[in-house]
Amino acid sequence: MSTRTIKVDYLARVEGEGALHIKIRNDKVQDVKLKIFEPPRFFEAFLRGRDFSEVPDITARICGICPVAYQMSSVHAIEKALGVTVDGTLRELRRLLYCGEWIESHVLHVYMLHAPDFLGYQDAIRMAADHPEAVKTALRLKKIGNALVTMLGGREIHPINVRVGGFYRAPTRAEMNALVDDLEWAREAACEMVRFTAGLPFPDFEQDYEFVALRHPDEYPYSEGRLVSNRGLDIDIADYEKHFTEVHVSHSTALHSVLNDRGSYFVGPMARYNLNYDRLPPSVQEIAREVGLEPPVLNPFKSIIVRSLETLYAVEEALRIIRAYKRPPQPAVEIKPRAGVGQGCTEAPRGILFHRYSLAEDGSVLTAKIVPPTSQNQKTMENDLRFFVEQAIDLPKERLTWQCEQAIRNYDPCISCSVHFLKLEIDRE
Amino acid sequence: MNESGPPVLLIGVGNAFRSDDAAGLLAVRAARPLLPPGLTVLEQSGEGASLLDCWQGAAAVVLVDAVSSGALPGTLYRIEAHSQPVPAGFFRYSTHAFGLAESVELARVLGCLPPRLVIHGVEGASFVMGQGLSPAVAQALPQFVQRICAEVLALQCEERA
Repeated sequence: MSTRTIKVDYLARVEGEGALHIKIRNDKVQDVKLKIFEPPRFFEAFLRGRDFSEVPDITARICGICPVAYQMSSVHAIEKALGVTVDGTLRELRRLLYCGEWIESHVLHVYMLHAPDFLGYQDAIRMAADHPEAVKTALRLKKIGNALVTMLGGREIHPINVRVGGFYRAPTRAEMNALVDDLEWAREAACEMVRFTAGLPFPDFEQDYEFVALRHPDEYPYSEGRLVSNRGLDIDIADYEKHFTEVHVSHSTALHSVLNDRGSYFVGPMARYNLNYDRLPPSVQEIAREVGLEPPVLNPFKSIIVRSLETLYAVEEALRIIRAYKRPPQPAVEIKPRAGVGQGCTEAPRGILFHRYSLAEDGSVLTAKIVPPTSQNQKTMENDLRFFVEQAIDLPKERLTWQCEQAIRNYDPCISCSVHFLKLEIDRE
Repeated sequence: MNESGPPVLLIGVGNAFRSDDAAGLLAVRAARPLLPPGLTVLEQSGEGASLLDCWQGAAAVVLVDAVSSGALPGTLYRIEAHSQPVPAGFFRYSTHAFGLAESVELARVLGCLPPRLVIHGVEGASFVMGQGLSPAVAQALPQFVQRICAEVLALQCEERA
C-alpha cells in the first residue's frame, strides 16, 4: 500500500481560520474535508431583540472585506418585511456602494492573493519584484474602490452611512465628480487587468456545476432579481429556504448549504457571469470576446479572469451612476415599524448572501437567518479538490499542495464570514 | 493623496475587539497626550492597501502593533523596518490576509517605504474575540508607551535638524 501525507499547517491568503484534509489511499482520494474551525460567532442569535434599524450596522461587522453585502442583504430583507421600496436615486446609490466593494474585494483577491499562485510566486511581495507595475495598478485600483465605499459609507470598512430606507446622508454632486477622473483611469486599468489575468497559465480542469446567481430583467445583478440556475432553478428569493437547506457537518463550524435533492452548487463571479453574460454592457462583452472568455466558463481557475471582468463592469457602472446623479431631496424614505417577515439576497463579491428576518410589531428582531456565500460553496470546493487531486495525483507533494491551495482560492473563500483560517493536510497511504 | 505628508506619523494598528490585538491602538491613544499637539496620529485596522496609502509622503513613520511570535507575552520589540525585514508571521493577527508585514515588505519591493519606518511591537498572549488586555500586556503597556513617545520625539528632532 503506498502512503503519502501532505500537510500544510496554515493556509495563507484566505480570510479566516480553516484547514483542508485530503486522505489518499493507493492513489485514490478517499476523503476531502474542508475544515473550518473559526469559532462560531452567533450573529443570528444576538440580533434577536435588537431594533430593525440596528441590523445593517451589526451585520456589517460580520466581515471586513464584504460589509456592504451584509448591509445590503439586511436592508433589503427588512424593507421587504416593512413593506417599503427604495428606488430611484437611492437605489442607484446602493448599487454604487456595491460597485466600490466589488472593486476593493476583486482587486485584492486577483492581484494580491490569487495571481501569485499562477505565476509561481509564494506571495504578492515576491511577485511585485518582477511585476511592479501590475502591483502598483492593483494598489491604485483598490484605493479607488475604497474611495467609493468611503464616500457613500462614511469609512472604507464597516460603513456607517447605510440605513434601512436609504442612507443617513447622500453625497453631493461635487463629491461624486471628484471620483470621475480616477474612475476613468480605473476603466483602462481594469481592461489591462482582464488581459493580464487572461494571459496566465491555467490548469486543464473543467467540471459540470450547477451555477446559482441572481438574475434581474435588465441589470447585471447586485441586489435584486430572481434566483436562477443553469439547471432550471428559477425562484423568488422568498422561496430560498424551500429549495436550499443548511446541513451541519462535524468537521466545520460553518454549515454546508445544499440545494434540495441535488446537492452542491456554485455561487460567485463565475455563476453570475455564466447566468448573466447577456446583461453585461457591450463594452465588457467585447473585451471578454477579445480574451476568449465567452460563457459558459467551466474551469474554476478562470474565475480570476471573471473577477477582472466584473471589476471592469463595476467601474463602468460606477461611472454611469455618477454621471447621471442628482442629489435626492431626502437621503432615505420614511420607515414605520410593523410586524412582518422579509428575505433579502444580494450578490456579495463571493456570491449570493441570503438574509431573512422576522420582526415584531415594534420593529424588534424576532428571528434572523444568514447564509453566507462561502458556506454555500464549501461542498463544491470539496468536490473540486477531490477531482482535482485525482487528476493531479502524480504530481510531487509540494506541487500538489500548492495547486490545492490555488484551487481553494478559486472561490475566494471568506471563512470568517462563513462561520458563523486554513490548514492544509494531505494524508496519502 | 498627501504627496507632502506630515514629517512624522504615528500609526496604531489593531482590532479593538480581539483582546491583545488592541494593544497598538491603546498604546497610541495613551501616547498622544504625551506628545506635541501637531503630531498626526492614525488608527488602522492593519489592512495592507490602506496602510501603504496612509504613510505616503511621510518622512518618518512609527508603526505600533501587537505581535504574535510565540515569545513571552509582554515582550517589547523595535524593528527599523526601513533597513531590516519584518519577520514573516510576526503580525499574523492582522485582520486581513494582506496585513502589516506584507504591506511593509511590498512597499520595500516597490520602492515606496518611508525613509524612516520604525515598528514597535508588544507580544500578545490572547487574540480571541473580546475586549480587555491580558495581564502581561497590560503590565507592559506603560513602558511600551514610553518607548513609542521617545521614538516619536527623537524622529521629530531628526526631521527638524
